[in-house]
Parts: sequence; C-alpha cells; structure tokens
Amino acid sequence: MLTASQPSPSFVTGSGPVAVSCKGVTKTYGKGDSAVRALRGVDIDVHKGELLMLVGPSGCGKTTLISVVAGVLDRDGGECSVLGQDFAKMNSGQKAAFRAVNVGFVFQAFNLIPTLTIAENVAVPLLIQGVGRKEAIKRARDVLGLVGLGNRTNDEPRRLSGGQQQRVAISRAIVHKPKLLVCDEPTSALDHVTGQKVMELLRSVAAGEDLSLVVVTHDQRIFEFADRIAEMDDGHIVRITQGQGLRTSASHDPAK
Amino acid sequence: MLRIAISMIMGDRLKYLGLLVGLSFAAMLITQQASIFMGYTQRMWAPIEDQPNVDIWVMDPQVRSTQDAKHMQDTILQRVRGVEGVEWAVPMYRGSLNAQLSNGTQELSTLIGIDDSTLLGGPHKMIEGSIFDLRQADAVIVEKRAAEGDLRFNLPDGTTRPLAAGDSISINDRSARVVGICENNYPFYWQPVIYTTFSRAMLYAPQERKLMTYVLVDAKEGVDHQVLADRISAATGMKARTSWDFARMTMKYTLDKTGILVNFGITVGLGFVIGLLVCGQTFFNFIVDNTRLFGALKALGLSDGRLLQMIAVQVLVVGAIGFGLGAGLAAIAGMLLPYVGVGFYMPWQLLVGAGVGVLGICLVSAFLSAIRIVRLEPAVVFKA
Repeated sequence: MLTASQPSPSFVTGSGPVAVSCKGVTKTYGKGDSAVRALRGVDIDVHKGELLMLVGPSGCGKTTLISVVAGVLDRDGGECSVLGQDFAKMNSGQKAAFRAVNVGFVFQAFNLIPTLTIAENVAVPLLIQGVGRKEAIKRARDVLGLVGLGNRTNDEPRRLSGGQQQRVAISRAIVHKPKLLVCDEPTSALDHVTGQKVMELLRSVAAGEDLSLVVVTHDQRIFEFADRIAEMDDGHIVRITQGQGLRTSASHDPAK
Repeated sequence: MLRIAISMIMGDRLKYLGLLVGLSFAAMLITQQASIFMGYTQRMWAPIEDQPNVDIWVMDPQVRSTQDAKHMQDTILQRVRGVEGVEWAVPMYRGSLNAQLSNGTQELSTLIGIDDSTLLGGPHKMIEGSIFDLRQADAVIVEKRAAEGDLRFNLPDGTTRPLAAGDSISINDRSARVVGICENNYPFYWQPVIYTTFSRAMLYAPQERKLMTYVLVDAKEGVDHQVLADRISAATGMKARTSWDFARMTMKYTLDKTGILVNFGITVGLGFVIGLLVCGQTFFNFIVDNTRLFGALKALGLSDGRLLQMIAVQVLVVGAIGFGLGAGLAAIAGMLLPYVGVGFYMPWQLLVGAGVGVLGICLVSAFLSAIRIVRLEPAVVFKA
C-alpha cells in the first residue's frame, strides 16, 4: 500500500509543522456480511496553515475521514493525532471540550439555528465555551463585519441568501479562533460564483493564521484554492497532488 | 445556551402550540376534575361543617355517615352529660319528612330538630329572621336553596316566589310557619332542609320509640377530643366521633358506595395519559426534526450534559406555561360551576399535586427524547 511518506509523484507532501497526522486509520460500519469498510488504512498529514482538499466519488470515505479527524466519529484502528492529541484517549466529554476550543465546522447544509439571529448563531461556539452572552454577541458581530454582514446581524438566517448563510456559517466556524477548520462540501449548495466567493472568504480568513483547513468537495471548480488535493477511492488515499493554492486578491470585497 | 434552547422550542410555532395545547388540556382536566371531586367530597361532611361549635357527635353504633339516620333513646343524652369532660350536650333530630306546599306539592325534606332551650345545632347562617324566632308556635326556618327552589311559594295567579318569613307550609300534615331563611353549606345529597325545635320535631316526625339522632357535644377546654369521645363511647355504648373523624367516616362510606372516586380517578388519569401522549409525541417530533441541529451543536463541542439541560429547560418552560394556562382555565371554570350547582374546591395542595402531574408528563417526555439525543452521533451532521 502506498503511503504519503514514500517518495512518489502521486503523493505530494506538505511543508511546515503537522496539525493532523493519520496513519493506517480504519473504520468499519456494521458487522458481519453487511459490514462496510469505509476507511481501509488511510495515511494523511495536514500541515498548519494548509488548505487540503479531500476529493473522490461518493462513498469513498471522505466524510468518514473528516469525521474521524474532527473527533465526531471514533476510528476502529490506526493512529490519528490532531493538534498533538489522540481522540482515542479521550472520553466523550473531553472530545467535546477539545472540539469546542480547537475545531471549527462548516457544514454543507449550513445548520444554522433558524430561530436565532445570525449574530446569535455565530456566538454559539463562544457560548459553548462559557463566554458571557454580551461578550459573545459582540465578538460575533465583529466577525460578521469581517465577512461583510455587519449590517445584518439582527436578521434571521431565512432572510439571507445561500451564500450569505454560508458566510454566517464560516463566521461561526472561526469566531472562537480554532486551529483546525473542517468543511464538508461548503459550496455544493451554492452557484458557481457564490461558491467562488465563499472559497475566497475561507482562504482570506485563514490567511496568516495558524489555521489548517480540510475541505471535502466534489466541486472541481474550487480545486484551484487548495494547497494540496488528496484523492480518495474505496477507503484509501490514492493520490495527493499539488494544488494551485489560489489566494484572495487584495481588492476582493467579501460583502459582494 | 438555555436562552437558545427556549428560542428553539418557541420558534417552532406549530409544535410549540401543540405542546401548549396538550399540556394545558392535561393540566385543566387534571385540575378541574380533581377540584370538582374535592368540592363534592367537601359536601359529604357539610352537615358537620354547619356545626363548627360541636366537638363530638354521639350516634347509634350502626351509623355510617351523616345521611344514615338511626335514632337513639332519649336517655343517652343524660348519660352523655354525665361524662367527665363534657361542657355541654344537646340533642338533635334529623330525618326525612314530606313538606307540603299550599298547592299540594310535596317535597321530601330533611327536618332538623335542635335543642329547645339553647338552640345549639342551628343553621350555619341566617339570611332572614332570627334563630330565636324558632321559639314561636309552629315555627320553622327553611334553608335558602329550598326556599328559592323546591319549596317556592305558590301565588294565586299561578306564579311562584321564594318562600319567605310569614309563609305557611305543612310537614307530615301538620302546619308549620316559616319564621326565617337560612343558608347552609351545600351538602353531597341535597334535599330541602327545614329547622325547628327538637320537641316540635318529635311532633312532626312519625311516632317511634327512639327519635334522637345525635347528641352534639362540646368538650371542656383542655380536654382532648378523642379521649373524651372514647370515654363517651365506653359510658354509653354509643358511637362517639370527633367532628373530623365523623367527616372522614362519612367521606369513606360515600366514596365506597358511590364510585365517584373511580369515576373522577379515571378522568384525571385520562388527563395525564392524554397529556403524556400529546406532549411526548410532539416533543419527540421536535427533537427528530432538529436532529441535525442538535448534531451540529454536539459537533461544535456541546456536551451531552448541557444538551440534556437544554432539553429539560425546553420541556419545563413549555410545561410551566401549559400548566399555568390549564390551571387558570380550571380556576375560571371553578368560578362559574357553582352557579350551576357543581361542587368545586381547589386548595393549594391540589394545585401542587396537579403541577407535579404535569411535571411528570414533562420529565417523561424529556427522558424519551433525551435518549435519542444522548445516542446521537455528531457525525450525523455530515450525512446527506
């Protein structure tokens, strides 16, 4: 089985300190004849400040891998170190506490709470950490200002477009200054132009930060934003290629 | 996060309304039916409540309730008066006799004969006239509900008016003159009530060897009522009960014989079950509909403990509002029901009990939903 550490033009390695390191990670759903081996020994590293895209056909194990990396799913075998910690050595409470501080999530379906304003939605990770409500809302408004939604903080999500809602989701994902950002199909619910803007925003908010991004996507139009692209198939990493690492231009206005 | 929890449940208008309706209905049914039951239960000992000055009731050993009129010999009165610790003891007659109106209409009525000299054992409250007017010839005092209802006075033009002082009726074919109108506590078994003196009651009542229904006793100050009751029983061979014991005995007998406890118990139980089904189902649906959001919160780092707190707060807030609405509706009904003769009594203990019932509904509903939340894999947010 080829691993990312072997010298091969199909497995481009990143540079700099490693934020996430997976070796031989396996995960199986179900038992017996109906068992599904979603991960069959995955080796992958994600470096600090890097945007790694996970691509592959449906059912290849992308979502399972990011679930394991994010600590929301337990692996069956192998090793996985996230920011120097091993989720397998934590109980559910410790995992939740670790995620609350260190991991941000951007979901395909946004998963914003419809009865809250967008400021309240963005404040949720801070409230989970125990930050006071006033301070949390203030910091949420600041981040929403960065993404061009500073004048809509009292609106409910249903009043926003898909792109705007995803910007709110990104704000929620970064408001607590995590070290790892996990994005599951962040542009699949958006049109091409909006998807481009969202990826530009993701890159811009991560730029210069000690923040690693893992993005699961089918959308080839956004591959240009990746530093590296890891292709998965049937539970394996089959190829890791260099991405273009497209950065946001200085004149880009995230409010548009 | 608790504000967020409340916002989530109240934001789902349809389910919030469903929960409120279910819990209000349950609270109203439980509270109202229990209050009606309490009201009727209170009426069981209304004749005892009408005599607040009486500490002990002496009666035939076979008497089982206030409706059970079994008479004693007159000599029992003197024997009771001779027991140490008795301040005073007076006779009372209580029996059912026909009262006849001027147009010939007959109504079976309860005739109560009270002590001639002291007039102790008289009505709870006089509305018209004075109890001392009973000392006049052929004098009777009629209870208000009877005077306004079954014993209304017939006018020559065919209409009726309430019986009033000065009107004449006959009791067991003997003439009686109304000298006053009184008001008593509403009894469980209602019949027109007519007061007269004990000696006059002996004339109205069918002639029997024994005609004294009760001996009403007041204990001397400092004397334990139960001890005195036991002493009177030993001395006379009769059944002597404190007012509270007699009330309890009456209530037990009436509950055993009428089945109202079962009927009201079934209704209260139904209220609980309906509330549980509606609340449990609706709240579970709310949790299912918001599974992804709860999964997202778990992924974002919210612990199971705090999630359970959120669920508890959601269901308790709705429960409190629903209980308030339901109990409020029951209280409004309680203000109107007595006008149609329905007993209603809502002590604070009943409200607490109903509140505990609604709390139980909420906790069971929350528990059923909490199981789903605790077992929820945060990875569900990544599933299509």
